[in-house]
Amino acid sequence: MVIIRIKGTVMIETLQKFSPAIVSHKMDLKLEAKTVNAFFGKTQALQNVSLSIEKNHVVAIIGPSGCGKSTFLRCLNRMHEVAGGTMNGTILLDGKDIHENDPVNLRRRVGMVFQKANPFPTMSIFDNVAAGLRLNGMAHNGHIAEIVERSLQQAALWNEVKDSLSKNGMSISGGQQQRLCIARALAVNPEVLLMDEPASALDPIPTAKIEELIYELKKDYTIIIVTHNMQQAARVSDETAFFYLGEIIEFDNTKKIFTAPSIKQTEDYVTGRFG
Amino acid sequence: MHLRKVKEFIIERMIFLSGIMSIIIVALIFIFLLKEGLSIFWRVPISDFLFARNWYPISDPPQFGILPLILGSILVTAGAGVISIPIGIASALFIAEIAPRKTKEVLKAGIELLAAIPSVVIGFIGMVTLGPFIKDLFHLSTGLTALSGSITLAFMAMPTIVSIAEDAITAVPRQYRDAAIAMGATKWQTTWRIVAHAARPGMVAAVMLGIGRVIGETMAVMMVTGNAALIPHSILQPVRTLTATVAAEMGETVQGGEHYAALFAIGIVLFIITFLINGVADIYLHKTKK
Repeated sequence: MVIIRIKGTVMIETLQKFSPAIVSHKMDLKLEAKTVNAFFGKTQALQNVSLSIEKNHVVAIIGPSGCGKSTFLRCLNRMHEVAGGTMNGTILLDGKDIHENDPVNLRRRVGMVFQKANPFPTMSIFDNVAAGLRLNGMAHNGHIAEIVERSLQQAALWNEVKDSLSKNGMSISGGQQQRLCIARALAVNPEVLLMDEPASALDPIPTAKIEELIYELKKDYTIIIVTHNMQQAARVSDETAFFYLGEIIEFDNTKKIFTAPSIKQTEDYVTGRFG
Repeated sequence: MHLRKVKEFIIERMIFLSGIMSIIIVALIFIFLLKEGLSIFWRVPISDFLFARNWYPISDPPQFGILPLILGSILVTAGAGVISIPIGIASALFIAEIAPRKTKEVLKAGIELLAAIPSVVIGFIGMVTLGPFIKDLFHLSTGLTALSGSITLAFMAMPTIVSIAEDAITAVPRQYRDAAIAMGATKWQTTWRIVAHAARPGMVAAVMLGIGRVIGETMAVMMVTGNAALIPHSILQPVRTLTATVAAEMGETVQGGEHYAALFAIGIVLFIITFLINGVADIYLHKTKK
């Protein structure tokens, strides 16, 4: 018995060295990717990616362009297949395979914010936030105005737009548009929020606002953010995953990734030696 | 050095000239129409010309009331619109959003081919197949009616509507589709509520240009509408359009005579109508680009 237990611990320790995420924190997992491979036609974009994400945590995904970080994000809400890609492996949301269910339902639980703010061009600010409710048939419960206000408040945009809700969604500044898109994603009350470089097109001040916002939203949502800005990853996330050439190189506590990464490649990347 | 400047100058001027050539020609045509047509209004007041109920240009005294012709044009055009707009928009949505790539290529080629069929051929087919069919279907004395004209013209408006609407739908940026799908919209919701909404100005322009083509169409209409210059009371009666009147009667007129001037005045009316329709289409096309 004793021997077996020791062996077991040793094994776990060895495993942890290679990919700590697989074994650590078994509790309260929101999302789990297991050996995910993703393809565009014959080109492989992701290779055996395994990653576990805890509830109410912010996970940053970093890596050089073309490393598959956006593809991974898009696998999580099955947007990858919308763009014509394919994948294999398992992704679990609350322990259930996301491919067993209707993608439409999945996307209502896993919201997404895109790199470029994309408010619907023909709709007012109010209608943009309400769009998800109306699409999902939640409009009849009569609380639309309430939900819109709450979502805009959560997105820290309410005070700036409360007097101009009927203005076109494209008439506000870029940073405000991006927060409008966050409010739109929050309105349908998702559990997970995917953010694909949400601040890469923004100036420093709106970027800071979005980052503060992520910190606030963490209380209610599990957030996965793709970023090529390493300071941003260091500021907003609890864990960080470093992707390179479609593989996950290292996944660990953010502090550790940026101060004492276990793998040389990660260190080279976070210190700016390549990428 | 100096020579190069002269060359530049000449080339610039030539391009400028070619550019404004079309405007000059349009202006000249309009001036010519006015010159030949306005004289009718010395004899017949404009209000009588537009709203009198009888078009008897060769009786004695002649009557030049184009109301039956205007109504004929409107009836045929409206009918063609009712048929071609829903089908045209639906097929544009299908081609742009739903069809797999191969189907899309085939359909687009087919629609371009439809646009290439000469109107006299479409009119001919309408006359020998559609006419008798409508005659039997509704037990009429003649199958050459406003309805036949509408159906025939719908086929001529369709290629314009489909190809311009399809362009407008395809031009809706991918990011809006992504946003809608990522928030849990179904394919149909995305197509109808987001994409079709964003493409609406372009689709309006497509419809206007299609209708513009219908109003200006002459040959096919002349062959299938029966050409009776009477105020129509139903879509199952023969009608005569503005265009068909000009085409059919111009050969019998005396140059410079009253009848001749009246036909040119019809030309002015047509010119103004199509100008307005194209203007509206243009406004909407520019809206799309913004």
